[in-house]
Amino acid sequence: MQPRDPVAAVREAFPGAVVEVVEFRGETTLVIQTDRIAEVATFLRDADGLKYNFLVDVTGVDYLPDYPRFGVLYHLYSMLTNRRLALKVRLGQEDDEDEALVVPSVTGVWPTANWQEREVFDMFGIRFAGHPDLRRILMPADWDGYPQRRDYPLGYETVQFSFNYDEIQKHKPFAKE
Amino acid sequence: MGVGQPQKTGNAGFLATTLEEMVNWARTGAMWPLGFGLACCAIEMMSTQASVYDLSRFGMELMRPSPRQADMIIVAGRVTRKMAPVLRRLYDQMPDPKWVLAMGDCCSCGGVFNNYAVVQGVDEIVPVDVYVAGCPPRPEQLIHGILTLHEKVRNENFSKWRRENAPARV
Amino acid sequence: MTVAPEMTRWEGTLEELKGLVSPRALSGETVLLNMGPQHPSTHGVLRLLLEMDGETLVSIVPDIGYLHTGIEKNMESKRYEQSIVMTDRMDYLAPFSNNLVYCLAIEKLTGLDVPERAQIIRVIMAELTRLNSHLVWLGTHAIDIGAMSLLLYCFRERERILDLFEMLSGQRMMGTYFRPGGVWRDVTDEFLPELEKYLAYLPGKIDEYEALLTRNPLWIDRTQGVGIVTPEDAIAWGLSGPVLRASGVNFDLRKAQPYSGYETYDFDIPMGLHGDTYDRYLVRMQEMRESIKIITQAKDRLKKATGPFRSQDRKFVPPPRAELGTSMEAVIHHFKLWTEGFKAPKGEVQVMVEGPRGIISCTLVGDGTNKPARVHFRTPSFIHIQAIPLLAKDHLLADLVAIIGTLDPVLGDCDR
Repeated sequence: MQPRDPVAAVREAFPGAVVEVVEFRGETTLVIQTDRIAEVATFLRDADGLKYNFLVDVTGVDYLPDYPRFGVLYHLYSMLTNRRLALKVRLGQEDDEDEALVVPSVTGVWPTANWQEREVFDMFGIRFAGHPDLRRILMPADWDGYPQRRDYPLGYETVQFSFNYDEIQKHKPFAKE
Repeated sequence: MGVGQPQKTGNAGFLATTLEEMVNWARTGAMWPLGFGLACCAIEMMSTQASVYDLSRFGMELMRPSPRQADMIIVAGRVTRKMAPVLRRLYDQMPDPKWVLAMGDCCSCGGVFNNYAVVQGVDEIVPVDVYVAGCPPRPEQLIHGILTLHEKVRNENFSKWRRENAPARV
Repeated sequence: MTVAPEMTRWEGTLEELKGLVSPRALSGETVLLNMGPQHPSTHGVLRLLLEMDGETLVSIVPDIGYLHTGIEKNMESKRYEQSIVMTDRMDYLAPFSNNLVYCLAIEKLTGLDVPERAQIIRVIMAELTRLNSHLVWLGTHAIDIGAMSLLLYCFRERERILDLFEMLSGQRMMGTYFRPGGVWRDVTDEFLPELEKYLAYLPGKIDEYEALLTRNPLWIDRTQGVGIVTPEDAIAWGLSGPVLRASGVNFDLRKAQPYSGYETYDFDIPMGLHGDTYDRYLVRMQEMRESIKIITQAKDRLKKATGPFRSQDRKFVPPPRAELGTSMEAVIHHFKLWTEGFKAPKGEVQVMVEGPRGIISCTLVGDGTNKPARVHFRTPSFIHIQAIPLLAKDHLLADLVAIIGTLDPVLGDCDR
């Protein structure tokens, strides 16, 4: 099996699907049209000479203040050709509602994406179309907001030192027996 | 009475003490903790129990898996907002008297994790008797904390035995 | 006899469980059993909702997040070098592997060099971490299955590794010893003799463990044929590390995509045949021997390598203390690094290392400032816990404990 160039192969098989190719520090990232990610992923997994059979990682990124605001990164690895490739989709315009943030799920391509996509949903509010079980995974089910978004506050509490001890002690909740 | 009694009591035959001292001494003798390991500190808690540090020397070799058999709870690790209701429920299930030892920085005050997910000090959820600082505390520190708790229990007085807000008897 | 109110109350509705458990559970034909989050054999605060038909597991629904610490979010509010301390606390059994992946990511993003001596020290620490983690795994896995004494033996050996960690980093568990560009300080005088003593001591102890377990009929009964994963499933579900190798897939990042100079060491990749719990046990035991082999080679190299123990690039690495009194430039660099840190360029990098549990991958997004825009860790425990239903389906409840143990999850690593 001859290893093929993934960029050329995807461009040939899906004309117009590759929005951009980014080379940084020896890593290739293909920016793919959002609604075509699942088919591109299937192709990359199965096609001869590519065989990216191992999905390392799915993660979301919030690029605020840039728009499109969100990105979903997929890191693929091919055990047969010992190569790595990153896919990325961008979504989320300025006036988009939360419900409009939808990416096709790759759970059908790699089952391991199941929980990782749930984590992205939990942390960024990005929905995955065709995901079998899209629930919150890390946060409690009734949690408000999506913590990893850049406009979500860290939830920092003022640290109690000796100079502000009394002031904080007054408001601090204490448990009863 | 029993057959062996004269040998057991020896020459004196009796021991004079107060009920308070007697009970407090008995309580510190075999204080069984609930193994409530959460994060990094749980590993140090295991080290404390295991061969080198050997917590059994203080009558505490049995980590109880069930809160209903435990006298004290060692909260070892960071308590998150999702875990907090569970912790409170375990605490409520423990029989009186009960003590809480907060092990580690995260559990005492939030530690390095000053953010949305972590409860800033477990004393917001359950009343804490002893705080052990460190990230994670060394086993020696934990043993010191436990001995401090023993000291505290030994000095408790009779009025404290009753729960302050215990339901009134009808 | 009255039942306590909290035991009769069902919190939540059956609707929530639709699709997660079989329809038989909703009609009451099978029993729903809750395991965790506080349970002695779940290796942390893992909660499993089990649907049982008699003693057979029909479906398993893992529920995680009880230890979600917000580490990734918190790291975004700290400078690059400040948040190394958080990576230790993700996988607290393998702190140096996490340090390593984060430092490698920073080095890749900024293009920072790492001198040879630092790389050798890193390899020694990473392999000691692997030993440390595998020893805890062996002890807890054995105690889950019923071999109590192993825990005490393993922790005895582990204490000496922690002493070695303490000699270098000053802390027993959370060393934060790796820094971008190298390590925090050079190896101390007492470290190498002590390490040599330990390397001579440990192989005999591993033989003892194997003598206790490998041919023990009780151990074989509990582990052989339990939790089988086929190679195809293992790859599709993203399993890595010893779990993947026990299924017969020859994949180790230290060989496939070497980092920190692993390509120059001579070691083998142990593999299993059947992909069951017993094979995973054998693989991990063999890995411990291979780690000892690597450390022995690295230790000999460390004696010969005389270069600096961290990069000399003053924009990223602070100058040594002695220079501060004589060089104005050193003072400026020191001040800059301690007040605002270093800036990393805009871009995205991803780095993978082979941790004790499997592939740890760090995705680092820089935005040109001194704080990362996004840090994400792909942690092996997260992926492995996802596979518990795959492994444990149609097994007995008692086997579930063996399966959790053999996947070796660390919940801090899983929830982050």
